[in-house]
Amino acid sequence: MKLTLKVWRQAGPHAQGRFETYEEPEASPDMSFLELLDVVNERLIRRGQPPIAFDHDCREGICGSCAMVINGMPHGPVRGATACQLHLRHFADGDTVVVEPWRARPFPVIRDLVADRGALDRIVQAGGYVSVGTGSAPDANAIPIPKDAAEQAMDAAACIGCGACVAACPNASAMLFTAAKVTHLGLLPQGQPERTRRALAMVRRMDLEAFGGCTNYGECHEACPKEIPLETIARLNRDYLAASLAEREPAGRGGTG
Amino acid sequence: MELNAQLPGGPLESKWDHHKFGLKLVNPANRRKHRILVVGSGLAGASAAATLGEQGYEVLCFTFHDSPRRAHSIAAQGGINAAKNYQNDGDSVFRLFYDTIKGGDFRSREANVYRLAQVSVNIIDQCVAQGVPFAREYGGVLANRSFGGAQVSRTFYARGQTGQQLLLGAYSALARQVERGTVRVLPRTEMLDLVVVNGRARGIITRHLVTGAIERWAGDAVVLATGGYGNVFYLSTNAKGCNVTATFRAYRRGAAFGNPCFTQIHPTCIPVSGEHQSKLTLMSESLRNDGRVWVPRTAGDGRPPGEVPEAERDYYLERKYPSFGNLAPRDIASRSAKEVCDEGRGVGPGGLGVYLDFSDAIRRLGEPTIRDRYGNLFEMYERITGENPYRVPMRIYPAVHYTMGGLWVDYNLMSTIPGLHVLGEANFSDHGANRLGASALMQGLADGYFVIPYTLGDYLARSPLEPVSPDHPAFAEVEAEVAERTRRLLAVQGTRTVDDFHRELGRIMWEHCGMARRAEGLRTALQAIPALRQAFWEDVRVLGTGEEFNQSLEKAGRVADFLEFAELMCRDALHREESCGGHFRVEHQTADGEARRDDDRFTYVAAWEYAGPDRAPVLHKEPLTFEHVHLSTRSYK
Amino acid sequence: MNWLLGFYRSTIGKKVVMAVTGLVLLGYLVVHALGNLLIFRGPEAINRYAEFLKANPPLVWGVRLALLAALALHVHAAWVLTRRNRAARPVGYERLARHSTTVSALSLRIGGVVLFLFIVFHLLHLTTGTVHPAFSPIDVYGNVMIGLSVPWVAGFYVVAMAALALHLHHGVWSLVQTLGFSHPHVEAARRWFGTLVAVLVAGGFVVIPLAVVLGLIR
Ligand SMILES: Cc1cc2nc3c(=O)[nH]c(=O)nc-3n(C[C@H](O)[C@H](O)[C@H](O)COP(=O)(O)OP(=O)(O)OC[C@H]3O[C@@H](n4cnc5c(N)ncnc54)[C@H](O)[C@@H]3O)c2cc1C
Ligand code: HEM
Ligand code: HEM
Ligand code: SF4
Ligand code: F3S
Ligand code: FES
Repeated sequence: MKLTLKVWRQAGPHAQGRFETYEEPEASPDMSFLELLDVVNERLIRRGQPPIAFDHDCREGICGSCAMVINGMPHGPVRGATACQLHLRHFADGDTVVVEPWRARPFPVIRDLVADRGALDRIVQAGGYVSVGTGSAPDANAIPIPKDAAEQAMDAAACIGCGACVAACPNASAMLFTAAKVTHLGLLPQGQPERTRRALAMVRRMDLEAFGGCTNYGECHEACPKEIPLETIARLNRDYLAASLAEREPAGRGGTG
Repeated sequence: MELNAQLPGGPLESKWDHHKFGLKLVNPANRRKHRILVVGSGLAGASAAATLGEQGYEVLCFTFHDSPRRAHSIAAQGGINAAKNYQNDGDSVFRLFYDTIKGGDFRSREANVYRLAQVSVNIIDQCVAQGVPFAREYGGVLANRSFGGAQVSRTFYARGQTGQQLLLGAYSALARQVERGTVRVLPRTEMLDLVVVNGRARGIITRHLVTGAIERWAGDAVVLATGGYGNVFYLSTNAKGCNVTATFRAYRRGAAFGNPCFTQIHPTCIPVSGEHQSKLTLMSESLRNDGRVWVPRTAGDGRPPGEVPEAERDYYLERKYPSFGNLAPRDIASRSAKEVCDEGRGVGPGGLGVYLDFSDAIRRLGEPTIRDRYGNLFEMYERITGENPYRVPMRIYPAVHYTMGGLWVDYNLMSTIPGLHVLGEANFSDHGANRLGASALMQGLADGYFVIPYTLGDYLARSPLEPVSPDHPAFAEVEAEVAERTRRLLAVQGTRTVDDFHRELGRIMWEHCGMARRAEGLRTALQAIPALRQAFWEDVRVLGTGEEFNQSLEKAGRVADFLEFAELMCRDALHREESCGGHFRVEHQTADGEARRDDDRFTYVAAWEYAGPDRAPVLHKEPLTFEHVHLSTRSYK
Repeated sequence: MNWLLGFYRSTIGKKVVMAVTGLVLLGYLVVHALGNLLIFRGPEAINRYAEFLKANPPLVWGVRLALLAALALHVHAAWVLTRRNRAARPVGYERLARHSTTVSALSLRIGGVVLFLFIVFHLLHLTTGTVHPAFSPIDVYGNVMIGLSVPWVAGFYVVAMAALALHLHHGVWSLVQTLGFSHPHVEAARRWFGTLVAVLVAGGFVVIPLAVVLGLIR
């Protein structure tokens, strides 16, 4: 099948970007979208033109590397799938496909379709963990956890940190990503001791990174390859509200005997 | 070079405890003064960096990924083993130890494997405490499944995303240390070489993948947790970025490489759909519980599966292995598939595939039951192939999945270069000649959480480490070499792309150093690889410069190393004149096609020492002794 | 007290404030709409109601202050968030497909502005009478009848009510999420609840200008 690609090309973080058009006459319906880019790149290299830069690794929808807006949809038209899981049989012969990078101030473009998503790591660093040192854990079955709680936590924990939620959100808000982590830990007994701290710290970092606020548009959920439920955002709001009401000046660190 | 495995004496059960007690400790006040360079942020790297940071060392954690959370560990599906015996089905540390040694076909160290089994229980505790949402029973306790043909149910899992959840656990521990300022993560930073000063590993040279800056990093110890090298075959279930560069560069600096030819091939992967294929997708082996494997009896039978009458189908596994049938172990199932395809009876594009047929199971159990058991796998299959496995039989084919070989390490996980420690899939591992399902995650976390934090301290406490700065001439020297390599890659300006060469290398390796290996085949490969390497350096085309984000350049460097490393693999495969685990030498099989081990000649670890550019590497042998299990041969008839 | 400031500085804090102030405004509108509907009971009914209000300055001023504060906060938060959200995406998309974003959600900002202008005009119109052709401080009935018999004025009222309807349609759905109610049962209910509130409230208002223009009351 024949496809025409309209791809965003940008030489570097500060360079001017523009769209370039490429014809691919030998696309196969069995190719994944990334394999299509591979083929296009091989051609470009032979022609002596710089190949299209794009992040990718696992190519099976779990690492969260691949990140591109395909025809106006982060990860493309297939629901609950990443760009690397999108196969060309979902396009028609002769289609023109527009490919753009994630667009958000906290995700500066590095080159072509590659954006810097470090802001998501920094949100997790602010408190997306249980502070338990290696070796200080009780027996794994010491604290029983209701199956449903574990399952719900897993639903939220399935987030792959791809950033499609930010890309899709009209406000470029990172609420769904942050909510997923806060919900995952907030639903488990292990996450309770730091629940308040976590919500406050992670939201503060999220705001610091200059993501937009949430207007409850719901686009993030539509674009999310792991279909993280919108309910998690409500949970985050609730936890943050409760945490703000409960917050106190940090208590003394204890004597240095 | 002599190999001293530093194996502790005493009874098996207490070796590790005694050894730990003997290890020197670093005074907490002094730890901050030691800088540790951890390369890799997968299960092994992240858990090590986080724990060392916790202990107070100054840790730098390098990864070529844009985030530590994207390390290939994220892709692990099935689960992680631990000798918890929560199911009360007779599991124990000793049984896990025994199964691992036997599964490894008696080519691994008793002491290491026993330690692995011992700490496996702590791993589960640690992960649960971090908030890993393992599957649970209604009563709230942890659920288990049995995996990879084990008779006990000891595998812990989080849906089909166990690796992801475990890595996110380790990643969160790492994130916590970053916030505390003990660990600094350097993403999009690729290690290109190791710096050895006065015989000790004291630093690395990296390339920043965004700016292209070549940088020097000095430290008191280097920890490699850079994963496996399955991508030497081009097509594998590994992530595209997996590579051998870090370990191979260390090998060239004097670290012995252990059992490079030991690779594991997984029987149930989705077959290649065309030349454009960039990687292969694994599908859980559990499918073989209900699916029947078959191909047409006659070669070149072009008919669609539905039109092939029962009488003209060959259910070859059931035919050849009546008792185990479709559940024959990984390597046997893989080899038989290759055989029938070599006979021209393969199905699907290129004739590289066999049917995995569920129609009987669906007739017997009904579609709902099958959907219930394999729904998500069937979906995944349909998403990729566009075929509905409820109607037409699946097509499967084996694919390279895991590499047991890696840098040789002693009981303390230290390589033959003092100060260079190697963890996870990157070391030659506790899996011998074949890894059991759900044991790699266990090993990566055991190394990172529970072994290296003790043994590294011992190294630091014992060795007089004079301060070394990046201005030391040794750094300048290695940096110059790295820069020169980059320059040369860009200078060739040939006609063929990097992937082009990688694909060709893959074909050679798959053909001659894959599932079934022959002496003459390996010799052919040993001719072909250097030729291909030369062609690469004369005709590869890498565009752009070294001072920018340049993915072709990254790939080129990795493929260049694969092109050298592949030779070492074939050499090792050629020298090991026996069949064991994942290594099958056609010359060494029983009348009925069973692998034939040669314990008298080959009960040892092959550790290869680099001898210089165009000199043959030197083979060193670490003999393996078995005091607690007796060497037996398996039979699946 | 400074925790409150800190809270308000966060994006979520602002949204919670918007939700609460939104609720306050909404509450007033419900009462106000009911009051207005007395107009169908004829002049006496509504004028008596107006007098009753005028007779209780504390009540009236209390309400006015509360409303003013709520509106001020609501508008300020709206303003700051809107600027922040715009800034978060400096470069737009060549092509962007929308799935779940409703017209009402997209109209929030522009609709908000319309509402703001309406409120200002409305106060000058029926409270102070500044822009009213024949304002009488004691005859609310007359004020409305005369005021709304001017076609473009009635038109503006209708437009404003449309904006209000849209605003509430997303607003009510949204505030449930903002205030953190998330149970699946709530999920199922809040869509139609938002629509219901929007229709009832805006409807309760809009019938009056319509009735006046169509001459259903005189
Ligand atoms: C599809 C699949 C399914 C699997 N399922 C299971 C399972 O169910 N159970 C099980 O036990 N095992 C499973 N395995 C095996 C297991 O996932 C891996 O062996 C294990 O995760 C390896 O972890 P690691 O930390 O050693 O390396 P990795 O997770 O591969 O991490 C390597 C790290 O090193 C970094 N790195 C590499 N080279 C460089 C360099 N030169 N410079 C800088 N950084 C570098 C990478 O960025 C990465 O962070 C599976 C493997 C595959 C492919
Ligand atoms: C007439 C009275 C008004 C009522 C009853 C009202 C009600 C609401 C409600 C309930 C919300 C939802 C809050 C949330 O999602 O938590 C909202 C949001 C909003 N309102 Fe109003 N509002 C009114 C007036 C205004 C005015 C005058 C403006 C602007 C000048 C305005 C601008 C907005 C904006 C921009 C939002 C969306 C905020 C966001 O989610 O980003 N509103 N309003
Ligand atoms: C068609 C619809 C409406 C009609 C007929 C109407 C009518 C009136 C009248 C007659 C008054 C003066 C009452 C008095 O002075 O005693 C008034 C006051 C007011 N109205 Fe409306 N109104 C309408 C819609 C609205 C809307 C949509 C809003 C808000 C968004 C609003 C907000 C107010 C406010 C804030 C006052 C001032 C109350 C006070 O004086 O304390 N009205 N309205
Ligand atoms: S929430 Fe969904 S879209 Fe957002 S990062 Fe996680 S997986 Fe990606
Ligand atoms: S799309 Fe954006 S506005 Fe909120 S609900 Fe999702 S983050
Ligand atoms: S490449 Fe890993 S998710 Fe797409």
